[in-house]
Amino acid sequence: MRTAKARSGGSRLLDSILAAPRTVSIFVVVLGFACGTILILAVGRDPGGMYAALVQTLTGFDLTRGTWNARYIGEWLTASLPLILCGMSMGFAARTGLFNIGAEGQYIVGLTIAQAVALFGPQIQGLHWILAVIAAGLGGAAWGGIVGWLKARYAVSEVVATIMLNYIAFFLSRYFTRLIPDANTYQTPSFPATARIPTGVFDSLTNGSRLNAGIFVALLCVLAYWFIIERTRLGFSLRATGLNKEAARYGGIRVTRAVIISMGIAGAFAGLAGAIVSLGSFSYGRVLGGYDNYGFNGIAVALVGNSTAGGTLVSGLLFGMLASAQPLMQSRQIPKEVTWIISGLVVVFISLRTGFQMLIDWRSKRMTERDEAAREGGEG
Amino acid sequence: MNELLGMIPSVLMMVSPILIAAMGGMISERAGIVNIALEGLMGIGAFTAATTHVLLGGEFQATVWVALGTALVAGALISLIHAYASVSLNADQVVSGTGINLLAMGSTVFLAQIIFHQERTEPYKLGMLPGPGGIYATAYIALAVLAASWYVLYRRPFGLRLRACGEHPAAAAAAGIDVRKVRYIAVLVSGALAGLAGACLVLTQTIQYTMYTINGAGFIALAAVSFGRWLPKGVAGAALLFGSAVALAIYMVNIQALRVLPPEFFSVMPYLITIVTLVLFSGKDYAPRAAGQPFEKSGS
Repeated sequence: MRTAKARSGGSRLLDSILAAPRTVSIFVVVLGFACGTILILAVGRDPGGMYAALVQTLTGFDLTRGTWNARYIGEWLTASLPLILCGMSMGFAARTGLFNIGAEGQYIVGLTIAQAVALFGPQIQGLHWILAVIAAGLGGAAWGGIVGWLKARYAVSEVVATIMLNYIAFFLSRYFTRLIPDANTYQTPSFPATARIPTGVFDSLTNGSRLNAGIFVALLCVLAYWFIIERTRLGFSLRATGLNKEAARYGGIRVTRAVIISMGIAGAFAGLAGAIVSLGSFSYGRVLGGYDNYGFNGIAVALVGNSTAGGTLVSGLLFGMLASAQPLMQSRQIPKEVTWIISGLVVVFISLRTGFQMLIDWRSKRMTERDEAAREGGEG
Repeated sequence: MNELLGMIPSVLMMVSPILIAAMGGMISERAGIVNIALEGLMGIGAFTAATTHVLLGGEFQATVWVALGTALVAGALISLIHAYASVSLNADQVVSGTGINLLAMGSTVFLAQIIFHQERTEPYKLGMLPGPGGIYATAYIALAVLAASWYVLYRRPFGLRLRACGEHPAAAAAAGIDVRKVRYIAVLVSGALAGLAGACLVLTQTIQYTMYTINGAGFIALAAVSFGRWLPKGVAGAALLFGSAVALAIYMVNIQALRVLPPEFFSVMPYLITIVTLVLFSGKDYAPRAAGQPFEKSGS
């Protein structure tokens, strides 16, 4: 009898964890960190080094040396911005029932356009970088919109289309960036000062970190995301399409239009991420040698953030912390790839979530059966 | 012309891994499970093969074959995660595939750091040696995989069952087929083949594993599955076409007539062709009807 009670207590805990998406997210993240910790122990390193690196990233405090440097906080926020935006790219599409693996490509298009506007746009103080950022957002929107159009008009799977368009964007970016006068195989000439996203007061606040006004762009986007999804007719029709396409169509929602608009807005978020990275963290245009992987990690960000505005913001900060802590881990003899392993595990655990749900259903079914058996036994 | 003929061994070297992985992807999708983790599984295979070969001396042809074997096993083992998530738990197949891709990228470089104290495996002295005509054994492995896939899918009862699971799992289950078991086998085979493909790639094209070794080959294989319309000969043709494009992007500098084109022209071809054909063939349903959809047994 006691064991039965203990088991039901345990399952009640599991029930309450799995009841809300938010607690599921916390649960899988904790599980991911636990696995990462075990892995570090298993290879004979000190997991304390990983956590010290994470603390230093979050607070700027170096626990081993007892020093404080605000630059680490600035770098953490800087690393989080493109992740938040790419997470929203994945998340916004997900709310319309689309799986957008294309944030990486949309990011690359944004980055490439931002670099071009930075080099050839009007060098007007305070306007130049804003123009470049807007152009990048529009470019990302177009790249995402293509996917929506292919899906809506030709029923091309958005998963396959976005994977293909990621590589197409990558190779086109390399080709066009190398066409820029005086560009070599790695980089273009330096941007004019007017094209860089200003760092303003952050420069002195965070001891010379790369944190810049891009943070306002990202925060505006989070607000816009929340507003569009939760407070507008458009958002309602997008969510309705995501929940049940046929019902939405029957209810008078133009599903084709919803799919294209949703992918366009999703692409815009990723395009803006490209602009913030290229004009905020670099002083020259890059000929990409590989993916920056913000888009792919954005998938994990959105999954953990449950595709809500606030959730994606928090989850983006979490993954930004992991990314930003990498060099600090490496210097503490922790292989920095453990952060990628944790991200990967978190995504795998989320995919197993339906499994947890099945486990609960099965448990409760068995519990009811047992109760009934006990009742019958009592009556008999 | 001679230059093009001289390229044949290089083209076959590039085509073989793509073809092997694409066969795996095709088998999995024909059983109803989309495997977008091919890229990551190839990375796992390439890392395992390179590590096995180096640790066994890195210069003997015998250990090359051992390395092919370990890579195959490693690919199958990791794909077990995908099988468990997408078959047993009815999870979203794209999510678990994405998770494995992220996991593969991290875990291979992590293990390289632990074993070799650097972000790549130690280079080996000698990879696989080409046979007569400069053609690697990987080309024959690819041919064998192609022939076996076709034979099993179209000439064995198991192949019929597998295809039924991808077209109409409920009907297959009603006919007494264990849908889950068939899907498990299909995913494990695709994992094993992707692992083998990664090994073929690393042992013929380079001297060590780095995080850039696979560089999209798995996604090209995935594209070949769609472009080849889920049929062995179609997928093989697509792999041949796409592999040639990849080879041309690398070796075009040697060919006078092609130098006017940017290398990106060839690099972008596989992806562009796939999208264009998906548009052209839209409306005609070539894809396995139940691919990507979990199968829930009613009444369980």
